[in-house]
Amino acid sequence: MRGCVLVTIFVFVFGANTAIAAVDALDPKSVDWPFSGALGRFDEDSLRRGLDIYLNACSYCHSLKFVAYRNLIDIGISENEAKKIAAQNLFKDGPNEIGEMFDRPGRLSDKFFSPFPNDQAARFANGGALPPDLSLIVKSRRNGPNYIYSLLTGYGELPPQDFELLQGMQYNSYFSGRQIAMPPPLYEGFVNNAQGAPATIEEMAYDVTQFLSWAAEPKMDIRKRLGLNVIIFLIILTGLFIAIKRQVWKEIH
Amino acid sequence: MTSSDGSQQKNSSRGLLGWIEFRLPIISFLDHSVGTKYPAPRNLTYLWNFGSLAGLALVLQIITGVILAMHYVPTAEGAFSSVERIMRDVNYGWLIRYMHANGASLFFAVIYIHLFRGLYYGSYKYPRELLWLIGTLIFLVMIMTAFFGYVLPWGQMSFWAATVITSVFSAIPIIGDSIVIWFRGDFSVGEALIRRSYSLHYLLPFVIAGLAVLHLWALHQHKSNNPLGIDMQGPQDSIPFHPYYTTKDLVGVGFYFLALAALVFYAPNALGEPENFMPADPLLTPNHIVPEWYMLPFYAILRSIPDKAFGVTALILSFAVIFIVPWLDTSKVRSARFRPIYKQCFWLFVLDVFILGWIGKSPADGIYILIGQFATAYYFIHFLILLPLIGKLESPKSLPDSIAGSAVEDNKVWRGL
Repeated sequence: MRGCVLVTIFVFVFGANTAIAAVDALDPKSVDWPFSGALGRFDEDSLRRGLDIYLNACSYCHSLKFVAYRNLIDIGISENEAKKIAAQNLFKDGPNEIGEMFDRPGRLSDKFFSPFPNDQAARFANGGALPPDLSLIVKSRRNGPNYIYSLLTGYGELPPQDFELLQGMQYNSYFSGRQIAMPPPLYEGFVNNAQGAPATIEEMAYDVTQFLSWAAEPKMDIRKRLGLNVIIFLIILTGLFIAIKRQVWKEIH
Repeated sequence: MTSSDGSQQKNSSRGLLGWIEFRLPIISFLDHSVGTKYPAPRNLTYLWNFGSLAGLALVLQIITGVILAMHYVPTAEGAFSSVERIMRDVNYGWLIRYMHANGASLFFAVIYIHLFRGLYYGSYKYPRELLWLIGTLIFLVMIMTAFFGYVLPWGQMSFWAATVITSVFSAIPIIGDSIVIWFRGDFSVGEALIRRSYSLHYLLPFVIAGLAVLHLWALHQHKSNNPLGIDMQGPQDSIPFHPYYTTKDLVGVGFYFLALAALVFYAPNALGEPENFMPADPLLTPNHIVPEWYMLPFYAILRSIPDKAFGVTALILSFAVIFIVPWLDTSKVRSARFRPIYKQCFWLFVLDVFILGWIGKSPADGIYILIGQFATAYYFIHFLILLPLIGKLESPKSLPDSIAGSAVEDNKVWRGL
């Protein structure tokens, strides 16, 4: 019987070691995010710079369907500023009183402007590839924030000699298959960094990834803050239950 | 007239509860069910908490589920975005939904501990066979409920898990394909399946609640088993359920809520698949289709057999053997404490289930297939060969005379709580 156990454990360990053999993409880089861990919170300055990068780069091809302009107030954007951002795009609305559709500037209640009216139009404009909606991109990928950061900073490397890069594709070691249809989205000095100097690609990738992490889980800050209160309360309550139980059981033990 | 008035007066003299009790004897019913008049063995450990915790988990799932149903839209177009609306715009919707999703996981964790507790201490043996049968039936209905619930967010994993599971029925000879279409309500997985999943996901928890009442009824007939597996012989062996086990159960409740809070607030998506945050796309198959963790061992059994029909048969049999455990185990001794060989085999079986779970999560190729087949074989060997055989071959240790005699040393380890 004991022999059986040993053999099984051996198989378990041995099997686990040979588990990950043929992975085509590199493991994502490891970044220290301010929002990771139980006490981690989003960095509002970084979120605002990330929004700037999102508006000036990502938003030309990607939609952000589940985030509304009013949500920006949660990351410290003033109402007026948010209104201005919303009004930069024309939204189709209607029908009006004479039954016609019309264009109007965006409002706080609108969801982020989608650059293409439908998936077909998006594919047509992007050489057949569909730029995914970014609302949940961080949560829909394993190790999401690190993965997005790695992808955004993973351009510029030359593919190996024998690598077959398809027409219109970019080499990126962090994407599945190591080639991606998205051209490098960030350029050095595209926006300014926290110090007011031209931002590096790494700095921009960091900020926009943080913005997209917020977009995927906008309630994270309140969740962690409430969680702390709830857990402290539950520890006291459970302690109380244990005390009651011991008191009641005193003569039984 | 006057005399009947007088007696009524007398019976309702003990306040509001007395007034109710005279008309509907629910107070004494509760007192006999979970109160001072229900005798429980005095030596129950914390492993006996998991029955009441399962009841709590069910109630929490129903409450959070009813609230989610107020905001959920059961259409192919609206399902995914209505879930996002709950997460972003509904007041504390994220809390309710995370409680529901993680509550389901914790519900299964509690049920598995409850089930393994029953296996270890032989709680399924005479005269509690029907109690066991009702319990395993609850487990089966829970799995169905969880499947229908998993379809509802209509993410990639919802869609593809639903496709895989419904196609299982095509293994039935001749009429299989018709059954798949009947089950899906369409020629492919789509809105018809969402709507029936929604309907059944709302219905089945109440079926579970009904079965739980039967489960408790059968439990109360012969009372709880205990770590020694010997019967209560008199009042010296028992203590009233209230206040002893009500307070002991409360300790479990405290830890249950702590575990739930840790998941909900600090790792709400740790047990889920990232793929399910992508909307369902019938044209894009995920690299890796996996069920939730609590179904992984059964998924491993299904996949370990290369032939579809035999794989499905093995899956059905893997449930069937749990049902007939009371008739497979030939030993008269309940508790594994007094069964040296069974005790070892029990832990080997637990290990086997963990291996199956790990295999269910791994890709189905190379060495994994082989390990999966061995683990599947051992699963059935445990139930169909070891369980009947050990009862015949093993010589159990001598049983103590009474619960009262050995109860004191029993609780040593946990006395701190």
